[in-house]
Amino acid sequence: MTSLAQLTLLLVVLTDFAVLATSRLSACIRAIAFQGLLLGILPLLVHADVSVHAVGLAAGTAIIKAGILPWFLRRAIREAAVRREVEPLVGYMASTLLGSAALAIAFAVAHALPLHLVETDLLVPVALVTVMIGLIILITRTKAVTQVVGYLMLENGIYLFGLTQSERVPFLVEIGVLLDVFVGVFIMGIVVFHINREFDSISAARLTALRE
Amino acid sequence: MPNDTTSAVIALAITLIGAPIIPGLAARTKAMMTGRRGSPIWQLYADLAKLGRRGVVYSTVTTWVFRLAPIVVLVATCVAASLVPLDGRKALLRFSGDAIAFAYLLALGRFATVLAALDTGSSFEGMGASREVTFASVVEPGVFVGLATLGVIARDSSLSVMLGGTALRTASAATAPSLVMVAMSLFALVLAECARVPVDDPATHLELTMVHEVMILDTSGPDLAMMLYANALKLGVFSAIIVDVLIAAPRAAGWVGAATGIAILLGGFAVVGIGIGIVESVMARLRLPKVPLYIAGGGALALFGLILVLR
Repeated sequence: MTSLAQLTLLLVVLTDFAVLATSRLSACIRAIAFQGLLLGILPLLVHADVSVHAVGLAAGTAIIKAGILPWFLRRAIREAAVRREVEPLVGYMASTLLGSAALAIAFAVAHALPLHLVETDLLVPVALVTVMIGLIILITRTKAVTQVVGYLMLENGIYLFGLTQSERVPFLVEIGVLLDVFVGVFIMGIVVFHINREFDSISAARLTALRE
Repeated sequence: MPNDTTSAVIALAITLIGAPIIPGLAARTKAMMTGRRGSPIWQLYADLAKLGRRGVVYSTVTTWVFRLAPIVVLVATCVAASLVPLDGRKALLRFSGDAIAFAYLLALGRFATVLAALDTGSSFEGMGASREVTFASVVEPGVFVGLATLGVIARDSSLSVMLGGTALRTASAATAPSLVMVAMSLFALVLAECARVPVDDPATHLELTMVHEVMILDTSGPDLAMMLYANALKLGVFSAIIVDVLIAAPRAAGWVGAATGIAILLGGFAVVGIGIGIVESVMARLRLPKVPLYIAGGGALALFGLILVLR
C-alpha cells in the first residue's frame, strides 16, 4: 500500500471524528462529503492497476457520496430549518471518548480477524472504526439528518471493508455502490417522513391544547 | 567541532532570546490578514523592557505565595526548556524519564500561577484559576499521550533520545503517520497550553471571558514581565518539539549540523507563530463549554498516533 493511501485512510478516520464531535449539521455534512471524496479516490490508490473498471467505480462513488447525497442532505436541512443537533443522547465529549475507544478496539480486533491480508493492514481497522463510529452516531443522535449521516458513515465503513476484497470480488464493491443508491432513496424517505411527523406532532399538540 | 553541550547551550540561548518573537509574529500575521499594519514583531521585547523598568504593586491581601509565583513560573519553564533537545540533537539536561519531568515542570508553573491567582482573593481571578485548571486537566493527558507515542517509537523515556536520537529518523516510513498525528495534536494542545485563540483570546480584556489573562490581572511590573516571558518561552519550546517531530531528516554532526538545527529551530518559531496568527484570524474563540471538547479532540489525535504505533 502506498503512503498516499495510508494518508487517505488516516484522513477518513479524522473525518469520522469530525462528524462525531461537531454539533453543526452543515459541518457534519461537509465532513461526510469529504469522506465520500476520499473513498472515491481510495480504490485507485489501494490497487496498483488502474483499469477502466476501477476509474469508473471511483468516479461513481465520488459523484454519489461527495456530490449527490450531501447536496440532498443540505437541501433537507435547509427545508427543515435545523442548524444544529440540540440534544444528543450522549454528549460530544463522551462521544469523542467513545470514538477513541472504538478506534482502540478496531485496531486490536483487526489483527485477530482471519483475513488473508497482503498489503491492506490499515484498511481493515479503518473500515471497522468507521463502521463503529457510524453506529455510535446512529444510536446517540436524535436529529434525523444526523442519523442519516451516521448511516452513511456506517455504509462507508462497509465499502472500505469491501475494498480489501475487491480485487477478488469486484462484484461486492458494485453492490456497495448500488447500496448507495438505496441509501439515497432511504434518506429521501426518512427525512420526509421525520419532518412530516415532526410538524404533524407539533400541530397535534396545539390542537389538544386548544381543546383543553 | 562543537560537542553536545556547547550546541545545546547555544540552542537554549537562542530559544531564550528568540521566543518572544513568536507572539509578535502571531499578532503581525493576524494584523496582516485583517488588513491592518499591526504592531511590530518585536512588540513583546518592548513590553518586557517597559515592564522591567516599572515598579511592582502588591495588593495588601497577598502573601509570599503571590510574590514567589512569577519566579517559580519562569524557573520551571526555563528548566523545562533545558530538558528539550531544541536543535534536534541533545538537550542540555538529560536523564531517563525527563519527558515526565518536562510535563510536570510545566504543570508546576501552572500550579504556581493558579495559587497566586487564588492568593489575591479576587473572585475574578479565582474564576480564571478554576477554568485554567479545568482545561489543564484535559490538556495534560493529551500531552502525555503524545509524549508516550514518541517514547514508544524511540523505546526510551528521555526527550533527548525521542527527539534527538536516531529512532524517529530511521523508522520514519512506518511511523510517519503517527508522527504527523502527534505534531497536529501538539499544535492543537499548544493553543490551549499557551492560552491562544480557540481556547483563550490574548487580545480580550473582558474578565468574564478571560482564562489565562485574568489570573495575572494583579501581577504588575517585572513580575508580569516574567509571566509573559515564560508564556512566550513555553511557545518556543513547544514549537521546537513540533518541528523536531515533523522534520525527520537527521541532523549532521559538527558545525553544519548545529547550524542546520538552529535554522530548523528558528523556522519552527516562524511556522508556529504564523500558524497561530492564521488560526486566530480564521476562527473565533470557542464558547467555554466547547473548549474541553476541542482539547479532547487534540488528545484524541495523539491517541490515534499512539494506536498506530502500537498496532
